[in-house]
Amino acid sequence: MSVSTCPSRPDPDGDVPERDARGLDAADRAIVLATQAGLPLVPDPWGAVGREVGMSGEAVLERMRAMQERGVIRRVAAVPNHYRLGYVANGMTVWDVDDAQIDRLGREVAAIEGVSHCYRRPRHLPHWPYNLFAMLHGCSREEVERQAAVLRERLGEACRDHRILYSSRILKKTGLRLARRVPQE
Amino acid sequence: MHCQAPYCQVQELDTLDRRLVDSYQRGLPVCTRPFHTVAERLGTSEAEVIARLERLQALGVLSRVGPVFDHARAGASLLAAVAVPEAERDALAELINAAPGVNHNYAREHDYNLWFVMTAPDEPELEARLDALETRLGVPILRLPMLEGFHIDLSFPIPWAELERT
Repeated sequence: MSVSTCPSRPDPDGDVPERDARGLDAADRAIVLATQAGLPLVPDPWGAVGREVGMSGEAVLERMRAMQERGVIRRVAAVPNHYRLGYVANGMTVWDVDDAQIDRLGREVAAIEGVSHCYRRPRHLPHWPYNLFAMLHGCSREEVERQAAVLRERLGEACRDHRILYSSRILKKTGLRLARRVPQE
Repeated sequence: MHCQAPYCQVQELDTLDRRLVDSYQRGLPVCTRPFHTVAERLGTSEAEVIARLERLQALGVLSRVGPVFDHARAGASLLAAVAVPEAERDALAELINAAPGVNHNYAREHDYNLWFVMTAPDEPELEARLDALETRLGVPILRLPMLEGFHIDLSFPIPWAELERT
């Protein structure tokens, strides 16, 4: 799930608790907002972020580390845009899998090449019987179909039905997770 | 993997570019001078690493260099879908895109033809945003929260040589 744009949109919820449900205080949120579209590419990125949010570079670095330890930040990384690298076929595969076996099978499916995300989600019968989602990425639909065939075989009898939902258009894509709020120091 | 897409720019990327992407999609050192540390590991200069990262970003090979947040821990979110008539799809997609908290929206080839991710600071606000959007759209929103994530590491080895073959 990668990202580039940075829309700032008024956020309707005005009441900001001291430390929210994520364990982020105002200073953490300021750092998240300043970095979620990417770090400044300069020798001292933490100092540059610090100047933007009104704290020292050391304080920014310390808070980045603390958020990483708490799992709020998974990693700080160079995030590739797989689409630009040629993975232009993106197939969301959805599977109706026996509930008794889904934990084991979900882990197995997640390890198959080409699978980037794999989640269990609720069914909504009768319209939506699928409880396992696996996102496949390939350079063509044929390749995604080959990958899906591997998944189908792995799931075997435990799978009653499946679909591949190709994306025909990306209508919006952003990795921003925190809504921009009233600036606070 | 035989990639014939016009989007491949792999030929323009040399060994150092590829090592940067390969090594650091899994994580940069979170230390005082991160690009200096990277440069030492790769046997080059800090200025060179920064220049390469800037170019990779400009080419779009990297979406960004920065923190990857855990969606589940960075607030409430869920995958949502609606089935709308094709003729109304684009107009309704704009309504969805304009709604507070929506951060992805894909058209997909299925009766459920619009798929988006709704986010909010917490669960009650998430439900409120979905309810409000449902009213505006006039169709029920299929709500598919993640119950379990089996694989949440988005990095995977990039087969440079195969991508290069055209």
